[in-house]
Amino acid sequence: MRPLATAKIAWRALRRNPMRSALTTLGIIVGVGAVIAMVGIGNGAKAQVEAQIASLGRNVILVFSGSTTASGLHTGMGSAGTLTVEDADAIGREISGVVAISPEVRIVTQIVAGNQNWATQVLGESPDYFEIRQWALAEGAPFTERDVRSANKVAVIGRTTAQQLYGGDSPIGRVVRIKNVPFVVVGLLAPKGLSVMGTDQDDVIVVPYSAAMKRVTGTTTLRSISIQAANASLLAFLPQQIAELLRQRHRIGPGRDDDFTVRTQQDIAEAATETSRVMTTLLGAIASVSLIVGGIGIMNIMLVSVTERTREIGIRMAVGAHARDILMQFLLEAIALSMAGGVIGIAVGIVTAKVLSAVANWPTLISVESIAVAFLFSAAVGIFFGFYPARKASRLDPITALRYE
Amino acid sequence: MGALIRLDKVSKTYRTGDIEVHAVCGVSLDIGAGEFVAVMGASGSGKSTLMNILGCLDRPTSGRYVLDGVEVSDLDRDQLADLRNRKLGFVFQGFHLLSRTSALENVELPLLYARGLTTAQQRERALRALDLVGLADRADHYPNQLSGGQQQRVAIARALVNEPVLLLADEPTGNLDSRTSVEIMGVFQRLNAQGITILMVTHESDIARHTTRTIVMRDGLIVADAPVRERLDAAVELRRLPPVQPVGP
Repeated sequence: MRPLATAKIAWRALRRNPMRSALTTLGIIVGVGAVIAMVGIGNGAKAQVEAQIASLGRNVILVFSGSTTASGLHTGMGSAGTLTVEDADAIGREISGVVAISPEVRIVTQIVAGNQNWATQVLGESPDYFEIRQWALAEGAPFTERDVRSANKVAVIGRTTAQQLYGGDSPIGRVVRIKNVPFVVVGLLAPKGLSVMGTDQDDVIVVPYSAAMKRVTGTTTLRSISIQAANASLLAFLPQQIAELLRQRHRIGPGRDDDFTVRTQQDIAEAATETSRVMTTLLGAIASVSLIVGGIGIMNIMLVSVTERTREIGIRMAVGAHARDILMQFLLEAIALSMAGGVIGIAVGIVTAKVLSAVANWPTLISVESIAVAFLFSAAVGIFFGFYPARKASRLDPITALRYE
Repeated sequence: MGALIRLDKVSKTYRTGDIEVHAVCGVSLDIGAGEFVAVMGASGSGKSTLMNILGCLDRPTSGRYVLDGVEVSDLDRDQLADLRNRKLGFVFQGFHLLSRTSALENVELPLLYARGLTTAQQRERALRALDLVGLADRADHYPNQLSGGQQQRVAIARALVNEPVLLLADEPTGNLDSRTSVEIMGVFQRLNAQGITILMVTHESDIARHTTRTIVMRDGLIVADAPVRERLDAAVELRRLPPVQPVGP
């Protein structure tokens, strides 16, 4: 074998037909470009979801009032007031491995500051909430256990809410009225961005749960309880222990449905990333079809090319080319075309993804793996679809090939 | 002096369905180094089959063929290809140049399938071969920029580039006008004078008269084999012929 000479021969043959070479490559360019761009979009969406899930906090278990079990009539998670502050205390007291716990009440209402007002959600939480959600303060300080015990009218405000009520001014020390009850703002939360559901997490105001219950709503039950486990491995069995404790406390007999729902951060993460994973696979699969079509295009052109160049093959054989030389020449031509298409396609795909990011505001993520896979796949397409035409060329009889008109 | 080519009772039989076609029937022939031989005959006389066998493109059904001391009859496909590459040069009726490929690269073609030459050496030898046929100044031209005679001369340069022991020409003047034909014969005569052995198939007796020996075939057999009397000198003829007239619309 003469690899260098064969490469030279293949290169010269491709150069002789720039238009045909370019058109053949186009199929692969489109195919690889589509794979890169589509997988980029899918991965971008997945990365965004993962980032949002991380914003839930670390090692979080959520207990909601009400149940999602589909038997009888249920009012759904978080709506039926079945959890109490005592339940939360019991979990904190009796379950080991719980490092932070925050009972939660939620009111969606209009809040007023001076002559500005804004509809937002008011969360009643414990000071642990900021620890559980890994939510730092940009300004001021969170309320304390003492504020909870005394049901003090203090509030920590989200970035969006602060913008709406106070514009660019610092909200610290200002008064905000929640259902006509004045609260003093003591802290401003760092921005967190969109949630998994697409809602603005910064559109919020957090007050001590005791203050929310006693001074604003007058309710005695909780919407949910946020719990932080000491480490990730505890998430495997803590939900079970919490459920058992609550069933006991709520006197739910065997065979009866829970009146609460326990979810871990992993449950939520899996459900959310599953969607984007399926989307990535689907987009990649659809794009792969165009890559295969591009490969068939290469085979088609190579077959035509072998027929059209029958006499050239005859000449090459007459002047001393082995069957193997011809095989390698046509195979190399196919591989060169598909790999050139692969390289250009990768560039096209990256540019497409960037343009989509910029214009449609879709997050895209181009991974080195997807580039490597696309490149190798395009080379494989060249070998796979180039082999049959190349073998056909190499099996020609030189005398017949020379006479071919 | 030993023969360059020795054919010993060479036969070639083709089978088409149940019918056997005896294209060449037991031909024995010796050609010495330095000869310029014309093979003549009507179509179907077996001369093309004989040329294919002599050109190592085809193997005889029976008989022995020795080319420059090599027993060709028992070589496989790749060995035949190597033999063609090292010992033979081909010139075809239709020139058979690669289109959209410069004259120089066309001439280099056999060298790409040869072993042990650097790119610089290939280029140098191709240029030397082009110089031999008087086309060194056309090295960068594509075939469609060259006249028929020039294209055939590029083909001859390609045949010569590997310094073969034998030049095989199959109707080399078949596609050329009479003046250009004589020019090509002039090239062959010059090369022959430098010691290159040439075997040429033609059906034009005028063309055959430029050679030193004429073989006539009929029905797969050699029916005449004689030295050429009153041999034509292409250089003398060209002086006699009128110069090329520009072709009007």
